[in-house]
Amino acid sequence: MRYPPMLGPATAGARAGTDAAEDERTSQSRGSWLLALALSLVLVLGLSITTPAAAQEAAPNDDVAAMTLLEALDVDSFPAKGDAIDAIVHSDDPRARDWLQALLDGRLQRAGDGRFVVVLDNTGRDWPVQDALSGEPLGQMSRRELDRIGINNALRNQLRSAIAVVDLYAADVGLRRASAERLLGEVDGDLAGPLAEVIEEEPDARVRGRLVQALAIYRLEQGELEAIDDLQGSLHSRVRVALNRATNGDDPIVADAAREALNGIEQMLKVNRAAETLYFGLSLGSVLVLAAIGLAITFGVMGVINMAHGELIMLGAYTTWAMQQLLPGQPGLALILAIPAGFMVAALAGIAIERGVIQFLKGRPLETLLATFGISLILQQLVRTGISPLNRTVITPEWMSGSIAVNDALSLTLNRMYVLGFALVVFAALMLIMRRTRLGLEVRAVTQNRAMARSMGIRATRVDILTFALGSGVAGLAGVALSQLTNVGPNLGQNYIIDSFMVVVFGGVGNLWGTLVAGLSLGVINQVLEPWAGAVMAKIIVLVFIILFIQKRPRGLFPQKGRAAEG
Amino acid sequence: MDSSRLWLLRPFGERSTLIFLGVLLAAVTLVTLLHVALPPGHPLYVNAYTVNLFGKYLSYALLAVAVDLVWGYLGILSLGHGAFFALGGYAMGMYLMRQIGDRGVYGHPVLPDFMVFLNWDSLPWYWLGFDMAWFAFLMVMLVPGALALVFGFLAFRSRVTGVYLSIITQALTFALMLAFFRNEMGFGGSDGLTDFRELLGFNLRSSETRLGLFLASGVALALGYVLCRAIVTSKLGRVCVATRDAEARTRFLGYRVERFQLFVFVVSAMLAGLAGALYVPQVGIINPSEFSPLFSIEIVLWVALGGRATLYGAVIGAILVNYAKTVFTGAMPDAWLFALGGLFVLVTVFLPKGVAGLLALRLRRRRDADGSFSGKEASA
Repeated sequence: MRYPPMLGPATAGARAGTDAAEDERTSQSRGSWLLALALSLVLVLGLSITTPAAAQEAAPNDDVAAMTLLEALDVDSFPAKGDAIDAIVHSDDPRARDWLQALLDGRLQRAGDGRFVVVLDNTGRDWPVQDALSGEPLGQMSRRELDRIGINNALRNQLRSAIAVVDLYAADVGLRRASAERLLGEVDGDLAGPLAEVIEEEPDARVRGRLVQALAIYRLEQGELEAIDDLQGSLHSRVRVALNRATNGDDPIVADAAREALNGIEQMLKVNRAAETLYFGLSLGSVLVLAAIGLAITFGVMGVINMAHGELIMLGAYTTWAMQQLLPGQPGLALILAIPAGFMVAALAGIAIERGVIQFLKGRPLETLLATFGISLILQQLVRTGISPLNRTVITPEWMSGSIAVNDALSLTLNRMYVLGFALVVFAALMLIMRRTRLGLEVRAVTQNRAMARSMGIRATRVDILTFALGSGVAGLAGVALSQLTNVGPNLGQNYIIDSFMVVVFGGVGNLWGTLVAGLSLGVINQVLEPWAGAVMAKIIVLVFIILFIQKRPRGLFPQKGRAAEG
Repeated sequence: MDSSRLWLLRPFGERSTLIFLGVLLAAVTLVTLLHVALPPGHPLYVNAYTVNLFGKYLSYALLAVAVDLVWGYLGILSLGHGAFFALGGYAMGMYLMRQIGDRGVYGHPVLPDFMVFLNWDSLPWYWLGFDMAWFAFLMVMLVPGALALVFGFLAFRSRVTGVYLSIITQALTFALMLAFFRNEMGFGGSDGLTDFRELLGFNLRSSETRLGLFLASGVALALGYVLCRAIVTSKLGRVCVATRDAEARTRFLGYRVERFQLFVFVVSAMLAGLAGALYVPQVGIINPSEFSPLFSIEIVLWVALGGRATLYGAVIGAILVNYAKTVFTGAMPDAWLFALGGLFVLVTVFLPKGVAGLLALRLRRRRDADGSFSGKEASA
């Protein structure tokens, strides 16, 4: 990753030794630093263990001192309150963080008898409170007895950075990381000194990298040229803000260096943006592949244009919704069960369409197109009147939501990644079926030469039914996947049918690889064009491109060869 | 027979054309008489709304004839004829927009309301000239024709046929729909063009103008029908049918198939544009939904229901389906898509020759019974 170059030689050296030894050493040195400087607080359990005697002995005295600290907050002037906050930060009271947090949230209040309390829940008339000093619950108090200690925005900012500093000593890496994030661009003269020390001690490379950047932003503000070295290559927006400000600074050397660093960052941002476009493109492409691949099978094998394919996708999506209704509270399980269920529902619907209509229209592809279009209208209207014309909500399970942050500028959403993976798995499975199974062999035989296959003893009708079921089932799978990305409504299928046809036609009929390549590349092309031309224009350009492409290669990217091509 | 000079008149020698024209004339005259001669309270009185509705059906019928020309006689299933229809409609709509002048909501002397709303300060170049009726009426035919020429040239030259052609025509109209939805295109975005006032100085809201448009649609349908009939009965038309039935064989016989296809496709697109231009002043609005693939495929259903390759079947289908649509969407709007979808399935599975096929079958049976069967007519 990008952290090592930013570590100075000193900090890199501090990482030597085994993890355990390092942990021990850091906590010890951290403790001694605390005691020696008395700058910040001991609040984490792990740290109080290193100084148990001091903490216990100090207890009675501390309450008196703590009371003084808190009383200083109960003044009218905001600057005075600011000083009081500083005093709390610089005391080494273990409860300081809770006080600061409570103060920030407006929950630190003073009761009528002069005690300081922390309000636990401020809804209703009577609020449960606890003593700010002892932490003991004091039961309910009427809100009229309580007097809130007010703060303003300046104090709010001060509190946030104070809490950040306090958090930097937390044992939990997550807390430290979050705190380091917050410090970026918030470091001032008071913080810079202690921060440099913290960086020396910090065991986690990512936290350290952040802290180095946070400090470097401050150093840059002070006009220090070397600080730019630490900021080089960072993609964080606040770093860019700081560098931008530096380009307008008084010192021409620093300004030039900042400009150079910014250019470097811009380059890296471009790479990241390209990666993001590629990811979105592949994601869109995987959806297209899923939607089109079932069509490619039925179209390729039977020469049948199934205009109701989009509605089969819709059925898959509605199956997901129905499963989630059947299993309330378990959206993840429902989604997984919806995969086989969606396949079955769509496959059965496909068989019904094949047996009910398509078999009577053999050899008349244009009529088949019209008849299946009629079926698509009926299915749409069935959903509209039977369920609702409005979109249904399909819940995204927890393990599918969120995103993976690759770096500051690039994060990949998880649901799209799952769909991309799912599309590839479905593709691989179909490939296996076509290449390795008896059914696949028969399907390929019928595709290439129906009459010859039949004379060799293949029951073409059975192959037709199974192929149609397979293609429709895959449409159902596409619907299950799509339910995680778009709205589930009666028009879901319509929105994808034309795109799916484009993919099949672009890739070449009867060629699964063609569908994969065509789907993914159309997705990427669309995303590449989008920022440049706008979403609608990008779509139009892609459509026109395909129309022109068909003129050049009427049989698609990967045309079938041999006699099968003339059909 | 001096066929080269009289080819446009040849259809008048056919019985089917004369019957068609007779029925059309009778129907149009009847509606006109019932509208004009009867007092408004009379039970047989046809009000202006209904006249307008019939006018709309007639423009749809012309569109269906255009589709039948390419699908029935050339074997090209165009799922994008709605695009030519809508382009013709937009050309007419632009003329009507310019006729509003400064009577719009914003009162701008030149710019239509939506452009004022978008803060444009001058007309885009492609709006120039549309204040002149002759130019606009020319564009009604030329714009769809030009699009068909370019599209057809590319498609037919590289021998894109069958379902591939159907799909890319659908993509064409879909792309145009997306484009016309954009406000920046300068065609009013999703609202389209509306709020028309007058056409050639006649107030569009008066019942006289509506009757006039109804009659114009009838005349256009008759002329379009005769033109198409003349084309399909000419030598060119026979090459077309040969292309439909065996494209490769026709090519091997030495015909430049793609030229015939291109010519007929362009004629069809221009007729569709004309139909669109007649349609727009009668409904008072044109918006991008006319480009929707659903509409284009519906047109094909009209032709399929009426019967392919008969021309008069297309007219019957267009009127039947649209009448049903009017009734259904008024009485039970939810059921319309069921009915339409069911029609698609029933017609393709059970009525491959459409209503016209049923008529021909009955006619032939009667003739068989009379013993006056003639082979020539049976094959037609």
